[in-house]
Amino acid sequence: MYQIKDLLIRGQKDTRSGFGDAMAEMVDNEKIVALCADLTGSLKLDAFKEKAPNRFFQAGIAEQNMIGVAAGLSLSGLIPFATTFANFATARVYDQIRQSIAYSKTNVKICASHAGITLGEDGATHQIMEDIGLMQMLPHFIVINPCDYYQTYQATKAIALTQDPTYLRFGRPVLPVFIPENAPFEIGKALKLNDGKDITIVATGHLVWEAVQAIEILEKEGISCDLLNIHTIKPLDLDAILASVKKTGKILVCEEHQRLGGLTSTIALNLSEIHPTPLKSISMMDTFGESGTPNDLMKKYGLSSENIVKTIQSWLAL
Amino acid sequence: MTKNIEISPKTLAQQVRRDIVRMVYEAKSGHPGGSLGCVETLVSLYLDVMDLHSEFRMNGQNEDMFFLSNGHISPVWYSVLARIGYFEVRELATFRQINSRLQGHPTPYEHLPGVRVASGSLGQGLSVAAGAALAKRLAHEKNKVFVLMGDGEQQEGQIWEAASFAAHHKLDNLIAMIDVNGIQIDGRTQDVMNNRDLAEKWKSFGWEVEIITDANDYDLVTARLKSIKAKQNQPVCVLLHTVMGKGVDYMENSHKWHGNAPNQAQFESAMNQLPSDLLDY
Ligand SMILES: Cc1ncc(C[n+]2csc(CCOP(=O)(O)OP(=O)(O)O)c2C)c(N)n1
Ligand SMILES: [Mg+2]
Repeated sequence: MYQIKDLLIRGQKDTRSGFGDAMAEMVDNEKIVALCADLTGSLKLDAFKEKAPNRFFQAGIAEQNMIGVAAGLSLSGLIPFATTFANFATARVYDQIRQSIAYSKTNVKICASHAGITLGEDGATHQIMEDIGLMQMLPHFIVINPCDYYQTYQATKAIALTQDPTYLRFGRPVLPVFIPENAPFEIGKALKLNDGKDITIVATGHLVWEAVQAIEILEKEGISCDLLNIHTIKPLDLDAILASVKKTGKILVCEEHQRLGGLTSTIALNLSEIHPTPLKSISMMDTFGESGTPNDLMKKYGLSSENIVKTIQSWLAL
Repeated sequence: MTKNIEISPKTLAQQVRRDIVRMVYEAKSGHPGGSLGCVETLVSLYLDVMDLHSEFRMNGQNEDMFFLSNGHISPVWYSVLARIGYFEVRELATFRQINSRLQGHPTPYEHLPGVRVASGSLGQGLSVAAGAALAKRLAHEKNKVFVLMGDGEQQEGQIWEAASFAAHHKLDNLIAMIDVNGIQIDGRTQDVMNNRDLAEKWKSFGWEVEIITDANDYDLVTARLKSIKAKQNQPVCVLLHTVMGKGVDYMENSHKWHGNAPNQAQFESAMNQLPSDLLDY
């Protein structure tokens, strides 16, 4: 367990670089092969490609085929990492994933960059915020949404060791690297980043950093928050969530995703069944994004530390 | 080769036809037309063309691999897999029933020997086969990967993505076969959505194209597939001209029998048209 005041900022990096660096380091594992659909640089796969040109396959702008090829590659025991932007890695190819990977339980790792509204200026066509919902609905799938460079690096290495179809979601913005070097990464286990008693904050992906900043402000006002970093959306670490809400009696879920179908829905459903708990959500409110800088967009759509602070202040003031 | 099967391929083909009609009749659903048309191709692949281990291995290492992209013709595949000993012939009776490994469309989900990836949603099998072929090349294996598709299925865009991919990556161990029966659900393929000249299309995508004018002629299809396999040096597309419903007169060349089950009288008529020395399941 950590306390926010102990978290050190170790640099400024994008999560996708954590993926690329881990891939480059794993290059000696001859089982690992990578595919990309004309976005090799964006996925930070240049180093892997350079080191293992015979295990990197250019799929061209043909994502449906890339998913099927990855499934076929995996049958022999290879571990294919199929990569592109999150929209084209999920929504564009959902039936292919469903039949050739999920239902067939082929060991394919779908690794997707530029997820969420923080993709920024390209606008709503590229800002998918439905992908976690799509992917967690599929039986057999593991869904992971890491929060910083280092956790993405850890997650990339961890999923290479499993046999499960997996969706790994990361993004484009440059953010503080704050997950401690000695932090464990275990698929399906939440990482506790702060201990508090007034409210549980559950955050995933880029919103973890927003939550950290919010808690620093709230603590100055005497509000103490439990912070759970849920990097694995599926399987969900319900035990950790339950232990926390039994203490605090309130939960705020923060995600860069539609509230419908995302982590908010999943936690609401599970808690309603076993331990009904008042819940609020910082998420996309059934709307598309738009062009803008990641920062401006996060503020406009309320996916920000300011909104977390405001929401908790008014909730606890009642 | 797998098969220490003593039966002649043509005898087996006849029995496979009986199995197909019986399975669809008993399940009161399924796809007899395409299944009957592809009997010679599948029997030939499994008995005479492919090099296979005696037992099914999921990883397909050091053996030829087969993928069925047009998964709706599962009856013919299931019958062949059972008849060559991958599983008990009597299991064919469970086709499309609850708790069966013989799902309406093939899947490894229930661990049926012979099936490596699910199919049914059309257009995906060539991509999967291309991936398997790529893996064989990485492993320096000499074996081949076969995939069967439908001609209506050629309307799916993903197939043309896969066609580009296989040619670009020079997959000279991949053999794509198309069941050219000229028919799909709503009618004749040329009326539903004209594929135009499939041979020219595949050639223009960088494939070698082979045409088997009568793929219901066992000796012809076997000789041709063997020689294609032996002399291959680029991805090959084989256009198999077949007759939908082959062997059952009222089913032949009719789109009505793409996915329809015979009634009792029709079933008996089919059985009379398909005498066999082998035992039904
Ligand atoms: C993606 C997809 N769309 C539609 C269908 C429904 N469907 C099943 S078989 C078929 C026709 C296939 O025609 P063809 O490939 O010529 O097979 P044949 O009828 O000759 O057996 C259709 C439209 C499907 N299974 N998958
Ligand atoms: Mg057809």
